[in-house]
Amino acid sequence: MTTPVWTNPVVRWIDTRLPIFTMMQHSAIDYPTPRNLNYWWSYGSLAGVVLIIMIATGIVLAMYYTPHTTMAFDSVERIMRDVNYGWLIRYVHMNGGSAFFIVVYIHLFRGLYYGSYKAPRELLWMIGVIILITMMATAFMGYVLPWGQMSFWGATVITNLFSAIPLVGDSIVAWLWGGFSVDNPTLNRFFSLHYLLPFVIFALVFVHLWALHTVKSNNPLGVDIKHPGDTVPFHPYYTIKDLFGVGVFMIVFMGFVFFAPNFFGEPDNYIPANPMVTPPHIVPEWYLLPFYAILRAITFNIWFIPAKLIGVVAMFASLFILLLLPWLDRSKVRSARYRPIHRQFFWILVIDCFILGYVGANPPEGHFIPLGQAATAYYFLHFLVVIPLISLFERPRAVPESISAAVLKGS
Amino acid sequence: MHKSLLAAALAFLLAAPAAPATAAGAAKPPEQAWSFDGVFGTFDRASLRRGLIVYRQVCSSCHSLSLVAYRHLAGVNFSADEIKAIAATVEVTDGPNDQGEMFQRPGRPADKFKAPFANENAARAANNGAHPPDLSLMIKARKGGANYVHALLAGYKDPPAGFQLTDGMSYNTHFPGQQIAMGAPLNEGSVDYPDGTKASVEQMARDVTTFLAWTAEPEMEARKRLGLKVLLFLLVLTGMLYALKRMIWSDLH
Ligand code: HEC
Ligand code: HEM
Repeated sequence: MTTPVWTNPVVRWIDTRLPIFTMMQHSAIDYPTPRNLNYWWSYGSLAGVVLIIMIATGIVLAMYYTPHTTMAFDSVERIMRDVNYGWLIRYVHMNGGSAFFIVVYIHLFRGLYYGSYKAPRELLWMIGVIILITMMATAFMGYVLPWGQMSFWGATVITNLFSAIPLVGDSIVAWLWGGFSVDNPTLNRFFSLHYLLPFVIFALVFVHLWALHTVKSNNPLGVDIKHPGDTVPFHPYYTIKDLFGVGVFMIVFMGFVFFAPNFFGEPDNYIPANPMVTPPHIVPEWYLLPFYAILRAITFNIWFIPAKLIGVVAMFASLFILLLLPWLDRSKVRSARYRPIHRQFFWILVIDCFILGYVGANPPEGHFIPLGQAATAYYFLHFLVVIPLISLFERPRAVPESISAAVLKGS
Repeated sequence: MHKSLLAAALAFLLAAPAAPATAAGAAKPPEQAWSFDGVFGTFDRASLRRGLIVYRQVCSSCHSLSLVAYRHLAGVNFSADEIKAIAATVEVTDGPNDQGEMFQRPGRPADKFKAPFANENAARAANNGAHPPDLSLMIKARKGGANYVHALLAGYKDPPAGFQLTDGMSYNTHFPGQQIAMGAPLNEGSVDYPDGTKASVEQMARDVTTFLAWTAEPEMEARKRLGLKVLLFLLVLTGMLYALKRMIWSDLH
């Protein structure tokens, strides 16, 4: 990569003092990108687009929103009814939360399939997992803000989890609440944190990209970039490909915003929060359902450890286990294309996650209990036993020698 | 090549929370055809006007509509004079005036629909301890939406033999538990429709549901109208981006 020569004198003046244009040239224009990326690689930039949309709409919402238990619900309805295009801003933000998770989950499973978590991309992967966890915290607190029934009861259920911590649990919960139940202090701090965390995510994304540009993108073949013929400059090839992806995404996203804006929502959240009335089924937003299922799967104590504590530990472990994945999978081959056994188990994991989501949406009774327990057990088995064993015993198929060799043979 | 995008769209659809079992044995409300259904749906103006009459003459004695102001009616073609007249039929407490006293004045378009009770306790005291919920968002706040509210209002029956009906409750197959603290609010001819429509229970239920669908989503018509333009624009834009993408990539293949 050569340092560009800037002809515009203003640009040159700035760039010699702060090489911001050179940096942009290197990371957004020249950035050498594998020539064979498929559309599964569009979801990263798509997630970035959604993050910007969330921040932009969120800032506008915050101009009208009132973080007080007696006014929050009505202030959101005022946005919907009296603020010019307030309904649009709010529905974009509301559905944007769901869209964000769909995009990020696809992005993550793309990484699982093509082995993008393996050396040298371990840190890149781990930063991604941290981003996901931060997103979950952000979305959870955002969902509390409109102060509907699900806001209130979801917050009550989730914050209560921390009471499972031995000895200090109850004090921690009171500290989180800022009182003795979910109430105005809770709403205030959630609003403050909901405003803060997206910017933390923004910073994390920056580090994520920094790591990416250091180790370069993986690709569907999972082989390293070996010579210049393996890559193309990011611009115009991937700028246009990603833009097309954004277009398709926007069609689907705007379809929901304009024509089914409450598709992902719960009717109960249009009832103002009422601490005296518990809704029959308390469910979190869909994107947290698999984790909710894991939380509730543990219905038995183990020795002296209460079920609730094990459930909470299992739920957090199901996320943190992803951090260990680069070391659990010993295979040298990245892409599942060349790993016949691994590939099948990948799809089993996908199905398992859908089952967990389905169980999470339903009340913990009848056959949902054993189903949730089996799916939870499989989830951990997959990462702790199946992945390491396959990676030791599987015989991968022959991997192409290089990207360009494979691409040119294909055409 | 489009597999991934298709899969994304699919995931969008599948990811919807699997509908939890319907509440304690309530009959599933039958699907109705509504004027506001679908991409091109709008609120049937005549029905909405009749629904407002039903709300004002029947429901408003128990249920508030606290998120809706009289002036909002302008959004569904009520004239300024009509709105002024409707608002002026209620007395609202205002103040304090420069003597420091609260006073009564006729309602104005900017006022919210006047609530029948001063607070929840007063509402409960007048309704055997039950609280008639605010109706502004009712259609969005129940599974089944308009179909549910319509079925509920038209769903009063005599209880089957042997059904233990608690004192002061009414039998309704569509309410969870089949017992509701609201007595059948609509009876044949509860209101007189100035447009000559026969005020059957079914007709009034349908009209007031249409009215409540509007109070829940007053932005719906504007939303759908704008949505069509936005989607049309995005389809053309995305088509052009695709063509551009093919052009730019052609030298690589
Ligand atoms: C005499 C007072 C009264 C009148 C008049 C009345 N309601 Fe009700 N309504 C109630 C009460 C009380 C409840 C609470 C019932 C319960 O929770 O069991 C209720 C509940 C409801 C519910 C909520 C049911 C649910 O799923 O929780 C709806 C919808 C409703 N009313 C609509 C109407 C409409 C529309 C009208 C006018 C046609 C109307 N009501 C007239 C007293 C009334
Ligand atoms: C990481 C990005 C973000 C995510 C995932 C997210 C998620 C959410 C969710 C799920 C809701 C509840 C929506 C509803 O049911 O109404 C919400 C509400 C809200 N968010 Fe965000 N948000 C993000 C960024 C932001 C930002 C940056 C701001 C402000 C600076 C913001 C301000 C608000 C406000 C004021 C509400 C309450 C109003 C409402 O409920 O519509 N959000 N957010």
